[in-house]
This record gives sequence, C-alpha cells and structure tokens, in this order.
Amino acid sequence: MSDDRSDDRQVEPVRPDARSVEPHADGDPYPNPGIEPHLPRPTDVDDKADRRVERQVSTLFAVSALLTLGFCVAYLAIDRYASWAGTNALNLVLGCTLGGALLLIGIGAIQWSKMLMDDHEVVELRHSSGSSHEDQVEALAAFEQGAAESGFGRRRMLRGSLLASLGVLGLPAVILLGDLGPLPGNRPRETVWAKGVRVVSDPDGEPLRLSDIQLGQLVNGQPGVLFETDEEGEPLYEGTERLNAKAKASVILVRIDPADLVNPDSEAKGVEGVLCFSKICTHLGCPISLYETQIRRVLCPCHQSTFDLSDGAKVVFGPAARSLPQLDLGIDDQGYLVALGDFDAIVGPSFPEMTQD
Amino acid sequence: MLVLLLGLVAIGALYAALAPRTVQADDLAADADLVAEGRELFLIGCASCHGANGQGILQADGGAYGPSLIGVGAAAAYFQVGTGRMPLAQNSVQAPKKDPVYDDAEIEALSAFVASLGPGPAIPGPEYYDTTDVTEEDLARGGEFFRTNCTACHNSVGAGGALSGGRYAPSLEGVKGSIFASALLTGPQQMPPFSDDVISVEDKRNIYAYLRTVQDQPDNGGLDLGAVGPVSEGLLAWILGIGALVGFAAWIGKHTVRADKT
Repeated sequence: MSDDRSDDRQVEPVRPDARSVEPHADGDPYPNPGIEPHLPRPTDVDDKADRRVERQVSTLFAVSALLTLGFCVAYLAIDRYASWAGTNALNLVLGCTLGGALLLIGIGAIQWSKMLMDDHEVVELRHSSGSSHEDQVEALAAFEQGAAESGFGRRRMLRGSLLASLGVLGLPAVILLGDLGPLPGNRPRETVWAKGVRVVSDPDGEPLRLSDIQLGQLVNGQPGVLFETDEEGEPLYEGTERLNAKAKASVILVRIDPADLVNPDSEAKGVEGVLCFSKICTHLGCPISLYETQIRRVLCPCHQSTFDLSDGAKVVFGPAARSLPQLDLGIDDQGYLVALGDFDAIVGPSFPEMTQD
Repeated sequence: MLVLLLGLVAIGALYAALAPRTVQADDLAADADLVAEGRELFLIGCASCHGANGQGILQADGGAYGPSLIGVGAAAAYFQVGTGRMPLAQNSVQAPKKDPVYDDAEIEALSAFVASLGPGPAIPGPEYYDTTDVTEEDLARGGEFFRTNCTACHNSVGAGGALSGGRYAPSLEGVKGSIFASALLTGPQQMPPFSDDVISVEDKRNIYAYLRTVQDQPDNGGLDLGAVGPVSEGLLAWILGIGALVGFAAWIGKHTVRADKT
C-alpha cells in the first residue's frame, strides 16, 4: 500500500539496523514495529493546494505586520487616559494589536511547518559524546607534563603553603556573615506601649474617651507616642523606626457588654467592657480587624485563625496557638484611654526562643 | 422720629424671626400621623418577630426570636428595610440584600415608628455623603480611613469578602450615601458600629467620596473578575488560561494533515 502512494520527492526513511531489534530467541512479545508507512498530504500531491496554503500563510504574516504597525500608530495616536467600554482605551488597543500580531506569526509558522515543510520521517541514532581515544591520551600527557614541570608534586613546602593560603581565604567569608545584622536582642518581646501611653484612633491620631466608643463598636488604635513630637517639633518616631513600632503596637479596641464577657482576667484589664487587644495575629503576624460584633470574634484573613474577644481573645479556630496579647487599659486624668503597661504576652508570631528567659 | 421708626421695624423683624412658630404643632401632628402610619405597617409586617411594640420576642431558651428594636433608631430601620434585608425571607446566618418590599414613603413611616420607640440615630442627612465639595486632600484622608477601618472585611475596593461560618461582608458597589452612613452608625448584623465621636461626620463623608472614586474609576487592567484578588485571577489563569494553551498545543500535535485519515 505504501509503495503505491510513495512520492518520488520523498527521501527513503533510514531504518534502524534490523538485527539489533530482532526478537529474542525465546520470543519478544513486542517486536519493533519500525516506522509507520509515509502518507502524503494534499499539499504534497496537489500543486493548487500547495499554492493556496502558501497564500494563506503569507496573508497571516502580512496581517501580523499590519497589526504591528497599528500598535505603533495607536501608541502615538490614542490619548493615554481615554477609556472605552470601562477600560483604558490605549491598553486595550496595544494589547489587541501586539497580541494579535504575535498570535498570527505563531499560527502562520505552525501552518507552514505542518502543511508545506518537507515532512518525511527520519531516524537519527545516538552516538557517543566522548572524545576520541587519541585526544584523551594527548590531554592526559599534557596535564602530566605540566604537573611535572611545575614541581607541584616534588616541592612540598610550596605546595603546603599554597594550600594553607587558599584555606585561610574561607575565613573572611565567615567573618563577613557578622554583618548580616545584630541579633534582635529583647526587641521581639517589647513594644512602644508603656504606662500612660494614650490609645489613639488610627489613622488620625485622635485620643479616645470611654464615651466615644459605643456598645459593639470596633476602633482601630495606635499608641499615641507615634503621633507625638518632641519639644523641637520633631516626631518622636519616624521613618523605618516608626513603621517597625507601628507594626508591633497596632491594636483593636472593642466595647462588649460586660454581661457577655466570660473571662474575668481579661475583663479586669478593660474599662467598662472596652477591651484592647493586639491587632497582630499570633500565627504569622497578619493585621486582623475582621470583627464580627454579634459573636464577638475576630477572624484573621490569612489562615482563618479565629479569636473569641469575650474570652480573652482565646483561639477558637485555625492555626494560631496563642491568644491575642491584651493591653491593660486605664483612664488618665484628662479622661482619655491610656495603657497601663506593655502587652501581657509577646506580640505577633511565636518564635523558637520565646519561652527562654 | 426716624430712630424710633427704625427701632420699630427692627423689633418687628426680630419678632418675625424669633417668634415661636405655630407650624411646629403641624409638624408634630404630621410626625404623629407618620408614626401612626408606620405602626400600622409594623403591626402587619414586623410584629410577628419583633413584638407588637418592637420589644422583641424571646425564645424558650432565652435566645432572641426577633431582637428588640427599642433604641436602634430610625437609621437602623431605614437600612434594614431600605436594602430589603427586612422583612426576613427565611432564617439563615445572614439576611441578604434584596429588592425592598416597601416603597420610600412606607420606609419613612416605619423608620419614624421605630424612632418613636426610643432614642437612637436618625436617618443620616447629606452631611454624611454629599461629596460635591470634597477636595483631593479629603479624598486621600477618606482613603486612609477606608483602608484602616473598612478593607479588612469589605476589600480594598469595596468588593466585599467572606467572614466566618458562611457569613460575608457584602459588596459596596453602588451603595447609596444614606444607606452607607446608616450602616456605619448602626452596625447592622455582624458589622460593628463606627460612632461619630471616633470617625467624624466629615471623615465619613470622605470615606464615601473615596469609595465612589475607587468604584467609578475605569478598570485599566481590563476584566476585574470581581476585584476579589488573587483567588479568582489565579483560578482563571491556571485553569482557563493554561488549560486553553495545553488544549491548543494538543490540538496542534493531534490534528493530522494527511490525505488519508486512517
């Protein structure tokens, strides 16, 4: 059958050595089937089809070129802020033209290779990638000659001192590791909260009175010191230092009906049901303020740790292992809410050394 | 003589301006009518859960069958009925937003009746949501407040998000100013209230202005896929995008061009 259809333009496929794939004496159940017979394509036997596909592919390439030109024109002509159909007109046109141009080149290339390029089957046998025996012998001889002439094997003092100097070069790398930063020291255990620091509203820094907070309310809070200035009008904390301080000291204030509070220790740290907890999840440190006021729980959006604020922010669901640290609240002589000290536990994610003294 | 005349005119003008107006009595009468009308509607549509006087109905185990409405204020009734959350269609973890059952006049009457039960926040006026004279600075400040207080639940462009136990923070897309402010003042369902003492009336207006600006801006990236972030985008890119590429590649390899398709 394949003999009838074979095309004289096709090169006869190279067949692998027949002896190497002969079935074993005991009978290989899977003999090598060899290459399947070659079938011609319409474009191989019909010149009209061949020319039609050629025109097709050239048209794809030409339209691609037009789209690329369209991209250039659009870039210069369309207003940067114009919008069509709820989206940015320039982005839309640039994306469609350049994307279309690349897509058409791709489709054209695939059509060319599948329909027009010579498609006879070829077998290429693997061959050794090693150097020839002569080259190997020559390289070994050159190496041995070099080693002998340098005296590396013979001059022991020279060799020893060279190896020693190379060995010592490892030390600077170890010494420089010290510059990766000082150890954190006690900083993970403390925040800027201290006795008398006001709890202020985030982000405007307004101090809060007990009466400002309604039953059920949530207030995102910050330590007042982050908004204060020294006697020269300079902020007490600024730049990276302020961001670091803020990252550890952010709090949420909630007001819960004292009848709903079930943890006397936690209730004692609040003022008339106003409780102040760290906003930083004890699992991996995401800020949490998804507060569901009727069930008095906060939910961490990162891994769904859930804390029951009416029970001392106890973990009721999720991967967090510790309650949210709570701030002891008081009222200063001007009637504003203040902290009575730092948090009762380490803020943020737990770390291996946290239980050591 | 002239001085006397001027004095008389001045006193006359002052009296006209400061005299106790008889209109107030009419207002009160109108209010009483409104409350009465609201009560009629309440007895038909709300009292079966909230009690005939809005005092709430308790279940045998002490849980609320329908919560007390005393002191929730007109704003709460306006929000719940105005967004169709009340009357409740069925018991579920959260009352969903739906088409309001009552028209504007009826909602006003119901709100007036609920307001008459006890002191609570009134329906917020345009000072909470009139964004006509908002400056760029106000907008930036509104954005800071929004990102601090609202994005945790409602997403950074107000697209909403999931809470625990099947509850969710609804999308803020196209929310009316009065509804927005009512929600902040009353804290409907799981949402905590945000009092005017902590977030001032002006800052609430700034938040609303920011929300409208964010939602009105064109999507320069094209389809926003609900603006809920990497989940929907990843789902689309990995399953539909890469799936289409794999399918296309398979089709290129599979598709035969032979004359004889055996």
